[in-house]
Amino acid sequence: MATGLYGKAYRKIQDIKGPLIFLEPVKDVRYGERVTITDSLDHSKGGQVLDVGERAIVIQVFEGSDGLDKKGTAVFFTGDVVKLGLAEDMLGRVFDGSGHPADGLGDVYPEAELPINGSPLNPVARRQPFEWIQTGISAIDIMNTLVKGQKLPIFTGAGLPANRVAVQIARQVIRQSGEELIVVFAGMGITSREYSYFYREFQESGALANSVLFLNLADDPTIERILTPRLALTTAEYFAFTKGRDVLVILTDMLNYANALREISSAREEIPGRRGYPGYLYTDLATNYERAGIVKGQRGSITQLPIVTMPNDDITHPVIDLTGYITEGQIILARELDRKGYYPPINPLPSLSRLMNLGIGSDKTREDHKQLSDQLYALYAQGKDLEKLTAIIGSEGLGVAEKQIIDFTARFESEYINQGDQPRSLEESLALGWDLLSGVARGELRRVEDKYVDKYMPKRAAGAAGD
Amino acid sequence: MIQGHISRISGPVVQAKGLDGIKIRDLVEVGDLGLIGEVIEIKGDAVSVQVYEDTDGLKVGEPVKTDAKPFLVQLGPGLLGSIYDGIQRPLEIIREQTGSFIERGATGEPLPTTKPWHFVPAVKPGDTVGVGDIVGTVQEGPTIQHKILVPEGTAGRIASISEGDYTIAQPVARLESGDAIMMVQAWPIRQARRYAEKVATGIPLITGQRIFDTFFPVPKGGSAIIPGPFGSGKTVSQQALAKWSDATVVIYVGCGERGNEMTEVLTEFPHLEDPNTGAPLMNRTILIANTSNMPVAARETSIYTGITLAEYYRDMGYDVALFADSTSRWAEALREISGRLEEMPGEEGYPTYLASRIAEFYERSGRVVCLGKDRRQGSVTVIGAVSPPGGDFTEPVTQNSLRIAGAFWGLDARLAYSRHFPAINWLTSYTLYLDALKEWFTKEVAADFLDLRTEMVEILQREDELRKIVQLVGRESLSEPDKLLLDVARTIREDFLRQSAFHEVDAYCPSKKQYYMMRAILTFYHECQSRLGTMPYDQIAALPAWEELSKMRYIPNENFDGEFERLLQRLTAGAPEPAPAGARS
Ligand SMILES: Nc1ncnc2c1ncn2[C@@H]1O[C@H](COP(=O)(O)OP(=O)(O)OP(=O)(O)O)[C@@H](O)[C@H]1O
Ligand SMILES: [Mg+2]
Repeated sequence: MATGLYGKAYRKIQDIKGPLIFLEPVKDVRYGERVTITDSLDHSKGGQVLDVGERAIVIQVFEGSDGLDKKGTAVFFTGDVVKLGLAEDMLGRVFDGSGHPADGLGDVYPEAELPINGSPLNPVARRQPFEWIQTGISAIDIMNTLVKGQKLPIFTGAGLPANRVAVQIARQVIRQSGEELIVVFAGMGITSREYSYFYREFQESGALANSVLFLNLADDPTIERILTPRLALTTAEYFAFTKGRDVLVILTDMLNYANALREISSAREEIPGRRGYPGYLYTDLATNYERAGIVKGQRGSITQLPIVTMPNDDITHPVIDLTGYITEGQIILARELDRKGYYPPINPLPSLSRLMNLGIGSDKTREDHKQLSDQLYALYAQGKDLEKLTAIIGSEGLGVAEKQIIDFTARFESEYINQGDQPRSLEESLALGWDLLSGVARGELRRVEDKYVDKYMPKRAAGAAGD
Repeated sequence: MIQGHISRISGPVVQAKGLDGIKIRDLVEVGDLGLIGEVIEIKGDAVSVQVYEDTDGLKVGEPVKTDAKPFLVQLGPGLLGSIYDGIQRPLEIIREQTGSFIERGATGEPLPTTKPWHFVPAVKPGDTVGVGDIVGTVQEGPTIQHKILVPEGTAGRIASISEGDYTIAQPVARLESGDAIMMVQAWPIRQARRYAEKVATGIPLITGQRIFDTFFPVPKGGSAIIPGPFGSGKTVSQQALAKWSDATVVIYVGCGERGNEMTEVLTEFPHLEDPNTGAPLMNRTILIANTSNMPVAARETSIYTGITLAEYYRDMGYDVALFADSTSRWAEALREISGRLEEMPGEEGYPTYLASRIAEFYERSGRVVCLGKDRRQGSVTVIGAVSPPGGDFTEPVTQNSLRIAGAFWGLDARLAYSRHFPAINWLTSYTLYLDALKEWFTKEVAADFLDLRTEMVEILQREDELRKIVQLVGRESLSEPDKLLLDVARTIREDFLRQSAFHEVDAYCPSKKQYYMMRAILTFYHECQSRLGTMPYDQIAALPAWEELSKMRYIPNENFDGEFERLLQRLTAGAPEPAPAGARS
C-alpha cells in the first residue's frame, strides 16, 4: 500500500466512537482520502475519510480505535484516495489485509498505482463469457457449469468443506491453464489453520509462484476487512487487463467482510436494514462482485469464487441473499449430504450457474449436455419430494415408476454427487449421468429427446420400465 | 449561472452553499471535475445534491455551478438501438472517450448531431399546427418511422417546410411566428408527458409465452410485476418478453443489475429478428444500463429516463413496452439517498414516499389518445421485476407495487429448483385484465379460448387440493377420476406451462398454437373421462397419447393447423392402440 509522506499533524479530535474518529474540520480534505493516524506511543494506523463537512470530518480507522485517545492522537492527510501500488513482482508474495508485505520480503516497487475502488466496467466494453472451465466435479461440470469470467460463490455452513471444494476447483483450473493462470486470494477473518491449508495446497499444486495473497486473519483488525477484497480485486484487474492474464479470485469469507461494514454503519448511527446491515449493503457488495468478467479486445479475464458462510445454514440471511442477487449463480453445500459422508456435499437443487448455457453445447461440451442436466435435475427434485412422501406414508403407496425414481435419487447422491477428490472427465460425468437415467422408465424422462436417448443411453438397460 | 461551493460530502450526496435561487430537481455541476448532480433538498442555506458519479476525492470548498434548469433527456431520431446510462450518456461514446472503464466527468451527446436524416413533411406551409401534431417523418432504422412532433409550448401556422436531409441541429420547419421546429426536443424526466386522454386497454401484449399469453395476459398499456427470489427467472423472463412481445418499441432498463446481462442483450439482439417485422431486434430497442456497480444516484434516475423515452414513442402512436430490471434496486437507491439526507425512515428504512413514487411510475403506463389533431393512440406497457429480500413477498416494494400493477407474475424458487421454467407460480399469480381482453381473444383466437383457460386453471387448483391429500394418504387411495385429473394436471404443467427460453421452436409459441395445445390436452382429458367406465385406469394412464401431448410444443410454429387437426382426431378416435405412426419420431 502506498503511504503518503507525513505532512502536518491534526490533533483536534472531537470524539472517538467504535472504529470512527470525529475530527474538527480541516481545509482541503478529500472525500475518501487516505489518512495515517498515530497514537500517543507513535504507533501508526491507516484510515480513510468517510464524511467531510463543515462541522466534522469522520474517519474510519482500519486497525480499529483501540489505544487511541483525544489528546495523544494525530491525523495526517495524504491528499489522495486509497491506492494500491502494483507490480509483476507481487506474484508469489503475501500481504496483510491492508496491503503491507507480510512475508518479510520487503516492499514491492510499484509499476502502477490504482485507486482500490476501481471504476465501473462499461457494459458495452464487456465481452460475453464463452468458455467453460472444467472443475472435474460432476455436480458442477454437468449441472452447474463454471464459465471463465463468471462470479460464482460457494454458500457454505459452519464446518462444511467449502475450502476443500474451492481448492479442488482452483487446482483443476490451474492444471488446465498451465502457467497462464494467476490466483489472487483474499482472506477476511479466516483462521490461521484455514490459511495454512490454502497456503499448503497452493504450494503443492505449484500455484504459489503465480499467486498473490492478501490476508486478514481472524485476530487481525476487523475494519481492515473493508480494504482486503478491494486490494485483491485491484490486483486482479491489473493482472487481467494490463498484463493480459487469466485471474481466479478467491474471496473468503465475505460474511466477515459484510460484518465489518455493519460495524462501521452502526458506529455512524445509520438507519439499519435487515439484521443491522446497512441499506447500501447490496450496492457495496455489487461494486466488489461486479469486478469480474472479460473485456472486449483484451486477453485477460477475472473469474471470482467468493466463499460465504450461511449463519445457521440460513439461505435468507441478508449477506447470502444479496450475494445471490448479484453473482451469476451459486454452489450450495448441504449439511444433509455432508452428514451422509458424501463429498463434495454440493446440493444441486438450489445451486445454479447462470452462465452455463454460454459454455456448453455441441461445439463446447456435448450436444446432449443441457437436456441431460435438466433431466437429472428434474428427477432428483421429484425424488426428494417422493422421499418426503414415503417418510409419511411408507413406500407401499408408490407405483413402479416412483420406486425407480427413488432408486435413482439414492444412486444420484451416493455415486454422482459423492465422487470424492477424484476428478472426472467430461465424458465420464456424462456417461454416468445417462447410466443413472437408464434405470427410469422412458415415460418419466420428459426433458430428453429421443435422438439423445437413442445415442447415449446405455443399451443394455434402455427402456427398463416394467421390471 | 449560479455558483456556490461544496460544504459537505457524504457518499453520493453532497451539500452545497451559496446557490441562491436554485430549485428542487435543478441540475448542477459539482467540483472541479464538473460531476453532474441533481438538487433533491433545500434546507436553510444548504442545498443537497445527489451526484451521478463517484464522489471520491471531492473537497469541501470546490465550486458548484448551475443554470437552474432541471435534467432533460434528448428526444429525437437516433434513440433506437442506443445504449445509455441512467442519465442518458451514450455508453458507446463514453467507451471511445475513456476506454473500457467509465471514468468520471465523461460526457457525450445522446443523439448523433452530425448524422443527416431524410425528413418527409406531413404538413404544408399555411397549415396550422399545435402541440403533438406530426409535421413530418424520418425513417429511423429499417422499420420504424420516427414522427416529428410539435413540441410543448409551440403552435401556429407553418411558414416553411420542405423535404430534405437534416441533422437534428437544423430546423425542419418554421412557423409564421418565426419559431423553428427541430427534430429533437428535450423533456424533464420526472414529469409525465402529456396526452389527450387515457383510454381503455383491450388488446393483449402478445409475448409468445404460454404462461403469460394464456394464463395471465396483460394488455398493451397495462402493467405487470415479476417478483421472485434470486435466480428464479426474472431476467430471463424479461429478456424473453423483450425479444418476443409484439410491441413496436422496447425500452429495457437494467437498473442496478449485472453488467453481463446487458452485454447479453447487446450481443444477442442485433442478431435476432423482430418476430413481427423480421428486422434485427436491436432496431426497435433502447437500452438503459445502470448496472449495480455504477453510481447509485444515476440508478435512481434510470427508471425515469426509460419511461420518458417510452412516452415519447407512445406519443408517435406506437405501442411501447418498458422492462425494468429491477425496480427493487431503484427503490434501494431511493432508500440510500434518503438515508444520506437523514430523512425519517418508513418501513424497512425506505422513505415514507416510497409508495407514491412507485405509484407515479406505474401510472405512466397506459393506453392514450395522443396530443395532436389525428387523435392517434399509443401505449406504454410497464413490466417491472421485483427482487424481494429472502424471496419474502410481504416486503414494502413488492406490496406497494402489487397495489398498482394489473398483473402479478409470482416466481417460485421451488419451481426454479426443479428447473420448471418459466418458474411462475400458477396458483398465486393473477391478472386483472381478463374481462378487458375477453372480446379480443374471442374474436381473434377462438370463441372458447377463455373457457379452456378457465378449465385448465380449475384443474390445477383441484390438483393442489388433491396433492395435499396424497401427501397424507398416498396416491393409491384416490379415486380413478382424481388420478386422471392428476395426470392431466401434470401434462398441463409440464407440457403446456413449461416453456424453454432456449429451444429454437419452443421459445416462441403463437397464440393460435397455444389454443390448439390447450384444446388437445382438454379434449383428451374429456375422452379419457368418458372411457373411465369401460377401460381400467392403468390402461388409460399408459395410452401413447400422453407422450404425443408432451411433444406438441415442438410442432413447428408455421402451418401447424393441419397437424393439430390430425392430432385432435387421433385423440378422439377411440382406438387405444397402437401408437399413431410418426408420433415418436
Ligand atoms: N424461461 C427459462 N428457461 C430456461 N431457463 C431459465 C428460464 N428462466 C430462468 N432460467 C434459468 O434460471 C437462471 C436464473 O434466471 P434469472 O437470471 O432470470 O433469475 P433472476 O430472477 O433474474 O435472478 P436475480 O434476481 O438474481 O437477477 C437462468 O440463468 C437460467 O439458467
Ligand atoms: Mg435478474
